[in-house]
Amino acid sequence: MMQTSRPVGLLGYGVYVPRYRIAGKEIARIWTDGQGGVPVEAKSVPGLDEDTITMSIEAGRSALLRAGVPAQELSVVWVGSESHPYSVKPSGTIVAEALGTSPWISAADYQFACKAGSEALTAAMGMVGSGMAQYALAIGADTAQGRPGDALEYTASAGAAALLVGVAEAALATIDATVSYVSDTPDFFRRADRPYPVHGHRFTGEPAYFHHIKAATTRLLSELGRTATDFTYAIFHQPNAKFPQTVAKQMGFSEAQIKPGLLSPVIGNTYSAIALAGLCATLDIARPGDTILMTTYGSGSGADAYALTVTDALLERRERAPLMAAYLARQEFVDYAVYAKWRGKLVLG
Amino acid sequence: MDLAKRWRQKPAYYRLEGQRHRTSGEVRFPPQPPRVGESVEEWEAYPLQGTGEIYSFAGVRAAATEYEAQTPYLVALVRLDEGLLVSAQLTDCDEAELQIGQRVEMVTRRMSDTGPDGLLVYAYKFRPVLR
Repeated sequence: MMQTSRPVGLLGYGVYVPRYRIAGKEIARIWTDGQGGVPVEAKSVPGLDEDTITMSIEAGRSALLRAGVPAQELSVVWVGSESHPYSVKPSGTIVAEALGTSPWISAADYQFACKAGSEALTAAMGMVGSGMAQYALAIGADTAQGRPGDALEYTASAGAAALLVGVAEAALATIDATVSYVSDTPDFFRRADRPYPVHGHRFTGEPAYFHHIKAATTRLLSELGRTATDFTYAIFHQPNAKFPQTVAKQMGFSEAQIKPGLLSPVIGNTYSAIALAGLCATLDIARPGDTILMTTYGSGSGADAYALTVTDALLERRERAPLMAAYLARQEFVDYAVYAKWRGKLVLG
Repeated sequence: MDLAKRWRQKPAYYRLEGQRHRTSGEVRFPPQPPRVGESVEEWEAYPLQGTGEIYSFAGVRAAATEYEAQTPYLVALVRLDEGLLVSAQLTDCDEAELQIGQRVEMVTRRMSDTGPDGLLVYAYKFRPVLR
């Protein structure tokens, strides 16, 4: 279990989900003649003018608004993603300048499949917890892609979540402890010059997602001397709708505990953003004194578990920026042809 | 468009930063060099709120080469709450639902892609207020 020598917490948070959706049934219409089930009802689709950088900017602005912290006082802007618009050129500097930070910051991009944003969060805890920084912004954002017809195409979606880390006394939720558990597990990967990732099928699921999430979560619970029922809410990484519900049940968490943060059924898997966005959606409805457990997961593989406690400050800050519900409410469905055009799946001669 | 020009205008394009005259209080956008006879110190950077209303709008179906891939798209003259009139693209909305006087807010979006060996250009657009 890792704890900072100076207690830390979240001062603000912000989310972003694009306006557009494609229904799972619409994707199935193209590839399976509509036969069989779909892993999520719908997934978010980024508009033509959106990418990891633009979504990070909006989520980051909301996090700053909620915290009431001027951008000029940030010391850190870190963006975790598997879909940075550039292979070489940081997203972090563009996001930082759009937010209006000073140039005297650390800005970097993280990469760890769906856990890239939570890597940034843990590092931000270290920066603030050690006293090296007063305010650190950790962002998870993705415009994930699946090969046309692949199972991933039903779920790989777009969104962002930004968490502003600061000292616990000023936090809307304190981060009490974290655990990180990783191993070289080839369940899912994408080579540097390839457009779509592939599954290492034998390793998908049980030895990857389930093993790592359970290892990190049970270790955190046992070291804190708590059980699943001690938490008001829980969020687990959401590669589809089923996995988070299954892993929650296996570890003794109820449907009611995971419901506020379960977003994948309606927006798909926003990769680096999904668990963090689930945490934000949970903070949207949480009350002071509530306890929240979040366990992220990234292929390749690893899981980070965090224990948080909501403070009184949440209530006055919550409405300073749009809630997740505002983004979920503005859904505009597109068909597969529009989706294919927007996502660069058409070969233009 | 010229990369150096985009780079110079980052504060304006990325976050709608204008200028304010230190003595008269006049606000202007986009930022400009000092007029003849003015010193550089007379104008200070001034972040605009990014909120306003639609003064006029139009749909673009035949676009300049740089924006061809995005057609059709919407442009507008936006009357900012600071009183300035700014031209910009609209995003996340349909032409049929727009109205003169409608409240809009600034978002930073990908403006254009200058090709596989070129830069991505980010800039302000406006969308109907989210909430």
